[in-house]
Amino acid sequence: MEATGPGARRSTPLILSAPAALLFASLILTPLLLTALLSFNEFEHATGRTHGFTVGHYLAVLTDEYYLEIFLRTFRVAALATAICVIVGVPEAYILSRMRNPWRSVFLLVVLAPLLVSVVVRAFGWSMLLGPEGPINAALVALGIGRVRMLYTEWTVIVALVHVMLPFMIIPVWTSLQKLDPAVEQAALSFGASRATAIVRVVAPQILPGILSGSLIVFGLSASAFAIPGLLGGRRLKMVATVVYDQYLSDLNWPMGATVAVLLLAANLVVMLTYHRVVEGHYRRRLG
Amino acid sequence: MTRNGPVALFFHTLVVLFMLAPLVIVCLVAFTPENTLSLPTRGLSLRWFEAVFHHPDFVQSFWNSLWLALLSATLAVALAVPASLAITRWEFPGRGFLNGLFLSPLIIPHLVLGVAMLRLFALVGATGSFGWLVAAHIVIVTPYVMRLLIAAITGFDRSVEHAAYSLGASEATVFRRVTLPMILPGVTGGWLIAFINSFDELTMSIFITSPSTVTLPVRMYMYATESIDPMMAAVSAIIIGITVVAVLLLDRVYGLDRILVGQK
Amino acid sequence: MSFLELRDITKRYGTLNAVSDVTLSVEKGEFVSLLGPSGCGKTTTLQMIAGFVDVTAGSIRLDGRDITHAKANSRGLGIVFQSYALFPHMTVYDNVSFGLEMQRVPKSDRKDRVEEALGLVHLSAYAGRYPRELSGGQRQRVALARAIVIRPPVLLLDEPLSNLDAKLREAMQFELRDIQRKVGTTTVMVTHDQAEAFSISDRVVVMEAGRITQIDEPYRIYEHPETEFISRFVGKTNMLPGTVQTVNGGYASVSLAGVPVEVEAPGVALGETLTLCIRPEKLRLAGAGQGRLPGRVSVRYFLGSQWLYHIDGPLGTLMAVTPNDGSAPLDVDMPVGIDWSPSVVRVHRGVMAEAPDPALEAE
Ligand SMILES: Nc1ncnc2c1ncn2[C@@H]1O[C@H](COP(=O)(O)OP(=O)(O)OP(=O)(O)O)[C@@H](O)[C@H]1O
Ligand SMILES: [Mg+2]
Repeated sequence: MEATGPGARRSTPLILSAPAALLFASLILTPLLLTALLSFNEFEHATGRTHGFTVGHYLAVLTDEYYLEIFLRTFRVAALATAICVIVGVPEAYILSRMRNPWRSVFLLVVLAPLLVSVVVRAFGWSMLLGPEGPINAALVALGIGRVRMLYTEWTVIVALVHVMLPFMIIPVWTSLQKLDPAVEQAALSFGASRATAIVRVVAPQILPGILSGSLIVFGLSASAFAIPGLLGGRRLKMVATVVYDQYLSDLNWPMGATVAVLLLAANLVVMLTYHRVVEGHYRRRLG
Repeated sequence: MTRNGPVALFFHTLVVLFMLAPLVIVCLVAFTPENTLSLPTRGLSLRWFEAVFHHPDFVQSFWNSLWLALLSATLAVALAVPASLAITRWEFPGRGFLNGLFLSPLIIPHLVLGVAMLRLFALVGATGSFGWLVAAHIVIVTPYVMRLLIAAITGFDRSVEHAAYSLGASEATVFRRVTLPMILPGVTGGWLIAFINSFDELTMSIFITSPSTVTLPVRMYMYATESIDPMMAAVSAIIIGITVVAVLLLDRVYGLDRILVGQK
Repeated sequence: MSFLELRDITKRYGTLNAVSDVTLSVEKGEFVSLLGPSGCGKTTTLQMIAGFVDVTAGSIRLDGRDITHAKANSRGLGIVFQSYALFPHMTVYDNVSFGLEMQRVPKSDRKDRVEEALGLVHLSAYAGRYPRELSGGQRQRVALARAIVIRPPVLLLDEPLSNLDAKLREAMQFELRDIQRKVGTTTVMVTHDQAEAFSISDRVVVMEAGRITQIDEPYRIYEHPETEFISRFVGKTNMLPGTVQTVNGGYASVSLAGVPVEVEAPGVALGETLTLCIRPEKLRLAGAGQGRLPGRVSVRYFLGSQWLYHIDGPLGTLMAVTPNDGSAPLDVDMPVGIDWSPSVVRVHRGVMAEAPDPALEAE
């Protein structure tokens, strides 16, 4: 784009973006680089000093059963949370898009606004709902099933993650539904397609990019989620984020924590970039 | 438009209940007169709200969070306005890189940002400094502001600025009298969303706060891992209240669906 | 020397010549329209005069002063944008007063001048409204008031009426001309609507692919188009290809599908191919067996004040327009004779690239 108007100089954009660029360079690029370097430092348990060069932390993380199990659990939990978000979020977005105003705006608000409530509050809410004295257990007792221990299990973490992540799934699907011409679905119905066929053959392919981008966000955020596993998984159910936290703030083994963090970031970026190359390229061409 | 069938509406009801249940129970339990986390079956009481206001740590953290959110949202807007203008209106070398850099906090896990900043702060001797905490928060809320601003500036009819130039206005006047007022909804919306995100941020802050700069979410997290009493519910209810006010405000000035879902 | 002079101005975007060697002189107080199809460079020309697009080559002089590279905010021109470009966050009054503020006109004078300008466009009662509370026509008039209130030496209008519905548009055309006469401002207007250009301009500049092809009074452009492009772009035209049979001084006999027709065509050679252009309203429809060519009514359209007929004949389909004088129109399938007076025929040498499809031209 040509910047028209008086005084459009070459240096203007650089001057305008310089303050933000400086801040981001010093608070994103520098610390990430430092952390990557830190992950190659040796760590003395006795003194807590870090120095030298080693790939030992990476070897340890990638071979140790303990870490492998945590990584596996994290990805399993994140994958299940993502799958449930798709199963719940996609139909919900579709239902919302077929509502009329004012209900549509009201329920969109109800479903999306929890996104803005602190995740600590929401985790706390779930710990009360699912706690031994909570209403769900009370109902189970009243039904004669008896108390079930739900806190500190993977399923609790998954349920709470779904609660936190559902808006992130609904938003992109909703957006792609908005772009969809309702006449197209009606056209399919007019050709004699059943409602289910119309949805599967006509609607679904068009919102698939939305579903994929939602899944990606949900998976990325779930895999690095901290508050939910921290409060609902407890010490027994460690996940990547809580391990990093422990390494940094209890064990004070920063290089090890840095290693896990770097691996988490790398995994995140690989997923994101793969998505961009495969999905975006493919669908941009087909759907414009 | 076709209507939703009964099955769809039943499903929708379940989803809405699921989304609201943990928030509703928090608000209910906050009013319990008991000493344990329980529903207020025997009357309502404000004793736990009182307890919050007499708990110096929570009060201190609340003010920390408030100042932090006010400062970082304001400064993020101040940085994001010129940067978004540069990115949307000029073609220059490094534009794509800068755009990616400014939006990168959205895809870098906050946990990773937290440990990375902790490392930097330790090296420059800034651990526990409130100023550096503000800087860190600016970084994570700026992308939210930028997204709204870029949308606002892209959808902006340049000929309105041209009209002002043609009437003899200087560059500075055009910016002050025309450009800024026209992107003001984006700026205000961006400021509010930045404020909320900074106020709620836990994962990064937990690594870089010191006892004197602990924010409310960090304080609540610590408190919840150690003891569980209804005071936690009272704090949570207060936060939910603040969020509801902010959401209504946001809806007024910018339209919540526009912020969360993007430009229509 | 003219008031506004463009000399050989050119604008290149990369390899594309959006505007090439445009030379145009506009006299003080004159109303000139730039007319041409989409993408021909009208807006670009106007924006170069306004100072929003850099001139690649050539010069622009205003009242003897070279403004080719002057900043847009120092030229003092009044501009009405296609999108109106009103300041959405200011009232009508503030919109109009903005330019005066920039010129540091004292507040008391400002008030009088804003009120005068709003009176001129019949919007005095709307001073306190915001643009979003106005209709399209009212917005358009605010934009006009905002541009003329600064008493600009030149008023530039970029398709100012294109966002209005047909009726309002016609009303605004005359109002625009009226206001321009009252204020006496030199005006350059861009349009792709020939009726608009013809009805309000002193002169019309026809542009094609970045170049000016004809500058003339509206009547002359219509009656004496200098190129086949113009005769086709401006109004509807029947194009009849034929071969020169005999040459006799400045006259030639052209065979149109075997029917010989005498035309004034100096300098043509025997056997040369010519195209005769005749406007539809200049064809006369007579009874069967009369006139120069036989034909048969294939379609008729009622246009209110006129009838438009498509007549099938030996030369394909011709368009003919007759005034609606109240008598019964011709019926479809009725055989007719087609006639015209020799003076209405315009002759182009060579074959037209493609004869226009009357059905498409009928709009
Ligand atoms: N900023 C630009 N960069 C590259 N090419 C441009 C630019 N602006 C205009 N053009 C090209 O220059 C040519 C003339 O454009 P211009 O806008 O002057 O046309 P126009 O006659 O006003 O058309 P319309 O009637 O559609 O408004 C077009 O081919 C257009 O694509
Ligand atoms: Mg144009």
